[in-house]
Parts: sequence; C-alpha cells; structure tokens
Amino acid sequence: MRHTISVLVENEFGVLSRVSGLFSGRGFNIESLSVAPTLDPSVSRMTIVTTGDDQVLEQITKHLNKLIDTIKVIDFTGTDYVERELALIKVNAEESLRAEVLRIADIFRSKVVDVGPRSYTLEVTGAPGKINAILELLRPFGIKEIVRTGPVVLGRGEKGGKG
Amino acid sequence: MKKTGSQILLECLQMEGVDTVFGYPGGAVINIYHDLVDYPGLNHILTRHEQAAVHAADGYARATGKVGVAIATSGPGATNTVTGIATAYMDSIPMVIITGQVPTPLIGNDAFQEADMVGITRPITKHNYLVKDIRDLARIIKQAFYIARTGRPGPVLVDLPKDVQVASHTFSYPDKVELRGYKPTVSGNIRQVEKAAKMVLAARKPVIYVGGGATLSNCPEQLQQFAETIQAPVTTTLMGMSSFPSRHELSLGMLGMHGTYYANMAVTNSDLLIAIGARFDDRVTGKIATFAPHAKIIHVDIDPTSIKKNVRVDLPIVGDLKDVLQNLVRKLAEHADEVAEMTTATENWRRQILDWKTEHPLTYQPSETEIKPQFVIEKIRELSSDDAIITTEVGQHQMWTAQFFQFTQPRTFLSSGGLGTMGYGLPAALGAQAAFPERQVIDISGDGSFQMNSQELATLVQYGLPVKIVILNNNYLGMVRQWQQLFFDRRYSQTVLELPIDFVMLAEAYGATGLRADKPDQVEETIRQAFATPGPVIMEFKVAREENVLPMVPAGRSIHEMVLAS
Ligand SMILES: Cc1ncc(C[n+]2csc(CCOP(=O)(O)OP(=O)(O)O)c2C)c(N)n1
Ligand SMILES: [Mg+2]
Repeated sequence: MRHTISVLVENEFGVLSRVSGLFSGRGFNIESLSVAPTLDPSVSRMTIVTTGDDQVLEQITKHLNKLIDTIKVIDFTGTDYVERELALIKVNAEESLRAEVLRIADIFRSKVVDVGPRSYTLEVTGAPGKINAILELLRPFGIKEIVRTGPVVLGRGEKGGKG
Repeated sequence: MKKTGSQILLECLQMEGVDTVFGYPGGAVINIYHDLVDYPGLNHILTRHEQAAVHAADGYARATGKVGVAIATSGPGATNTVTGIATAYMDSIPMVIITGQVPTPLIGNDAFQEADMVGITRPITKHNYLVKDIRDLARIIKQAFYIARTGRPGPVLVDLPKDVQVASHTFSYPDKVELRGYKPTVSGNIRQVEKAAKMVLAARKPVIYVGGGATLSNCPEQLQQFAETIQAPVTTTLMGMSSFPSRHELSLGMLGMHGTYYANMAVTNSDLLIAIGARFDDRVTGKIATFAPHAKIIHVDIDPTSIKKNVRVDLPIVGDLKDVLQNLVRKLAEHADEVAEMTTATENWRRQILDWKTEHPLTYQPSETEIKPQFVIEKIRELSSDDAIITTEVGQHQMWTAQFFQFTQPRTFLSSGGLGTMGYGLPAALGAQAAFPERQVIDISGDGSFQMNSQELATLVQYGLPVKIVILNNNYLGMVRQWQQLFFDRRYSQTVLELPIDFVMLAEAYGATGLRADKPDQVEETIRQAFATPGPVIMEFKVAREENVLPMVPAGRSIHEMVLAS
C-alpha cells in the first residue's frame, strides 16, 4: 500500500543521506521524496512517498523516529489531508497541434511557462492523479521531457504538525 | 581563557569522567596527542592497530558499563576502526570514537589520508558528527557521550578536522543536552505492564528469553527476582549469557543454533515467551515460522524498532528493562494468591523441563588421549575466580565457552555476538584488563582468530596487562570446517591452517610467557602454572581436531530439529 509520510528534521547537512540511507540499507522503497526548510529555518520538512504492508510501514516510521535528527514523523495514510504535486511537461507543439495542446492545458488549469519553436513547457499542479491524467492526454502529441516534484502534503484543518 | 580544539576535546573527555583512552596517532591527530601529555588523568593505551583500539574500548565498555573511548587518525587509521565500530554497533555498546580528519578546506578534495568517515560509518553508528566549527565542539562531544550511553546504547563517531583541532575558542562545557529529536523512552507504559502481569498469571508453560539488553540496562538482579517470583525457566542468547547465573535451577542456558536441547524444547513448547532485551536474531529463532509456535509473546525492549521486526508480538512494552521488570514484579506482588496459584500450576512444566535436561544434557565425549576443548573450558572455569572476565573470539571455541563455562556474574562474558568478529577477544580482554587491573581476564581463542589481532601481545606486555590467553588449537578454522563436514561433503576448502604456528615462541617473541599442553593430563597443570605467572601468558592446547559443536540446528531449520550427536 502507498503511504505518504511527512518528516520534520533538523536542517543540517547529512540529514538527507541519513534518511535515504535508512531506506536503502533496509530495503525499503522510496517512490518520491521532497525536502525544503519550514517556517523555522532550523527545521526541514521531508515528504516521502513509500509503499509497503503495515509491518513494513511500522518499521519505517519507527526507524525514522529513531534517527537523532528526526523531530517528528507523521504518516498521513487514513487521515484527512491535502496533497499537491507540481510537474513541468515539455510537449511537442508543432504549428498544427498548438491549439489542441493549449485546450488540454486549459482544462487542467495548467500554465504555459515556456514556448519554443516546436514545443510548449506546461506547468501543472494537483494531486498525482491529475498529473497522470494530463500526461495521458498529452502523450499522443509526443512528450519530450518531464519533471515531477513528487507530492507534498499537509493535514487538513488542525491536523498535522507545527512548522 | 582560550583553548585549542584539541585541548577542548581533552577537557570534555575529563568532564565526562573518562580515565582511559585507546588509540593510535597520526598526522591528523598529532595535535591531540601533543596536548594529551598535559592531561595525566587521561590514561592513553597505545594499541598496535586501530581496530584493536576500538575493540579494547568496547571491552572496557562491556566490562564497566561506562562509555569506551578510542582515537584514530584520518584515512587509513579511521578506516581501520570500521570493523570495531560495526562490532560495537551490532551489540549496542556505548562508545565514542574520535577520528582526525583533513582540514575543512580540503574535505572532498581527495586530500592525503582523507576518507569520508561520516559517510562510511553512517550505517554502523548510532549517530555521527563532522565538527566544522570549533564553537560546536564542546556541545558535540557532550551530545556524543549522551547519545552513546542513553536509550539503546551504541557507538558515536566524531570526525574532527585538523584545523578545528588547531583553532582556539573559550571552553565551557554545556551542562545540559538539548536534542529535540532524541528523547528515549525510559518508563514502560504501566497499562502494558499490567497486561503483561495478567498474561504471566495465565501462563502454564512460560519461558523467559533474555538478550544483551539485560546487561546494558544493568538489571540482572531484577531479572532474577522476576524469574524466581513466577518460577519460570530462563534462557539467554549469547549476549545475555552472563546476566542470569548458569547454575541457577531455573537456567536453561543458551537457546538457538548451538543452544541446549532443553532451552530449544522449552521455547518450542512454551505458551508464553517473555523476551527481555532480545531481538529474535536468526541464529536464535532458526526457521521463523515455527519459532515458539504455541506461545504468546511479550517483548520488552528500549528500542521500538526491535519489536515486531521479525516475529509477531502479542504485547510490546517499550522501555528500560530495569524499570519494566521492577514494575512487573511490583504488580505481581499485588496478586500474591494468583502468583502462588500460577507457580503451583506450572510445576508440571518445570518437571517436563527437568526431564528434558536429564534426557539430553549438554555433554561431550571425554578422552584420555586427546585434549577435548570442552574439557579445557571446564577446567578454566574450575580454576579461575568467579569474577574472572572471559572474552572470546569467534568460532567453535566461542560456542563451547558459551555452553560450558557456566557464568555466574554479570559483565563477565564479552563476545562479539551480532557481528561475530574474529579478532575481537584479545583486544577486548586488553580493554577489560585496563579497566580492572586486579581481576582475572582470560581470552578464550581459536588458532585462526588469534592471528587476526595477535599484534596486541605487544600492548599487553608494554602496559603489564596480565591477560591470560587460551588458544584451543585445532589447526582449523573449526567452525567453518564443521559446516563443511556436515553440509558440504567434508570438502575442507581453505579451512585447514596448514602452517603449524609455534604459539609458545610467538609469546616469547613479544616478551610474554608461552605454555603448551598436548595431553589431557597436562591441562590442569598448564592452567595452574599460567594463572600463577605474572604478566600475559599464552596457553596453547593442542585439541581434538575434528570435534564439533553440538547440539546444532542446521541453518533454516526449526530450533527443535537439533542434531544432538555426530
Ligand atoms: C573477521 C571474520 N572473518 C571470517 C569469519 C568467518 N568465521 C567464523 S568462525 C571462523 C573460524 C574461526 O577459526 P578459529 O579462530 O580457529 O576458531 P575455531 O572455530 O577453530 O574454534 C571463521 C573463518 C568471521 N567470523 N570473522
Ligand atoms: Mg581453530
């Protein structure tokens, strides 16, 4: 099962490798990982998407908590949260296709952030499902390159952590 | 007054109450060694290899319960510490390892004798630091000691670049540690303890299974009290060995691959397994699906990641073992009637265990012509004092020691359990002897393992550390040979140590004493003579070459499927 975990860590060098080393060293799987400082510049928030059964997830959260640099671990699975991911998609946009690409971009409230002689670069945000959907629709035009941030999440209302 | 980084380091060690440091100098720690001369309170022992310095600090820590300290230079000195650190990490030994590092501006440049120690030791330390700024140094050392000894203990490495050692700053030692991400649980949840008491009272075939945690938490007394209260048999892992007296009527000895028949049978037939600071290692459980198949499991451990790692657990209790056992015994005392009822109802169980003990006791075939290794170990036990500290290397001799030595006092058995490091025993004995100059310290070794750190004979002689070394010489890498014999068609590929080493001459070359016995009737006299000789002594026993460690659970089998005789 897919789990999205938020980890508040000390914003220090080496912390990222402690976290990623923990996953690789124990054979846990990282689907995506994003990290940036929080309001408090001494704390970073990592959002990790991983998969595994309950026992694996229990071990992952316990091991994350065990790291000295980890301040808080929240597994959002089964709770109420908002989830967003950003993608940049460079898609083929020959003269004849431009209108159609723009129409699809529009439906997904996606922005054109760069225009080339034969391509558009679209910016799209949303839950990962939405990004998958636009990718499906753009695929026939020829996608040249994409980059995705991996999802970030926050608990709804009062849920979640501080920072 | 300002102090240099290396002075600050040494001040911090003093503040932590460190009296002995094991290490080896080099360019990247030359400043520390220069200043060390001004700190006569810090007794430094120069080993002959950095791996040995770390094992010695480890032996010191296991014997005393204090944090062991080792120092090594950058690059090769630092990488030589890796096996020692991994050994300590696997057995949760509190240690602080200081390594020199190239100056900060050169880090990452493949500078002379540079190695990324923080990267290399990340998976084998509890935590590690690269000190980039002298203003952080005192705080980091304080944290390193705190992290090493609290919670589930473990080694902490501090990598100290040369320019930080040279820089100067005012010294003040923080009196508090503030780590918002590190708050080890100490008290076990009292409701869980109450539930445990209920499960104990309902049990009819209970077994207590004890690991290294009992030593680390200093709770052998509470453990014994608990076992006696509920009259439950106690089996220990290799790491739990000296935390429950072997001669106690409730003792089952060791369980697992080379465990006793009765320990493995008891666990397999138990209806309640109470795991105390143990981690269900595969050498203990055998085939996991059939481990303790009828038992409910209570697992008490300070480290939540140990719980439910590889077995199902019915009742987890996270906390310090001493605290949990105290509360558990207190809870049980409130139900004295039910405890009495339970201990009566479990009489059959204890009788059953007694039957197993008589059916298949731990034993070996004595011989008049050949020295049996087990016989040597029994004799050492008989002739040494009760508080003698025994270290071992890794192999058959280690298992025989665990099986036949009959430990009675805590912290008297030091052995590399988790990593199984050959070459551990001699330097560990060195460290233990440095901590307790007056006690008997004995390294029980194999001819293979001994050669992995034999250079430490020089250290023993130099510092007058009277470690007694027993070499059970079978001219084999015996444990591997045993596997080859039993599971690989007797193909003794690369396990015959062809060259007969004259260990007596080797001892003499270092200025130690060497003794040899090749007949059973010389064993006792050799041991007596060694014990009466001041300074380090090697006793070489030419033992029966193809003796096997039994019982044995073949790898991957259930622990009740033991091979009992060859
Ligand atoms: C550093 C290291 N290398 C290899 C091994 C694998 N190993 C385990 S036991 C053993 C044989 C040990 O031989 P010896 O010290 O003579 O002891 P014996 O089994 O003969 O008593 C070996 C090679 C190990 N445990 N540690
Ligand atoms: Mg041998």
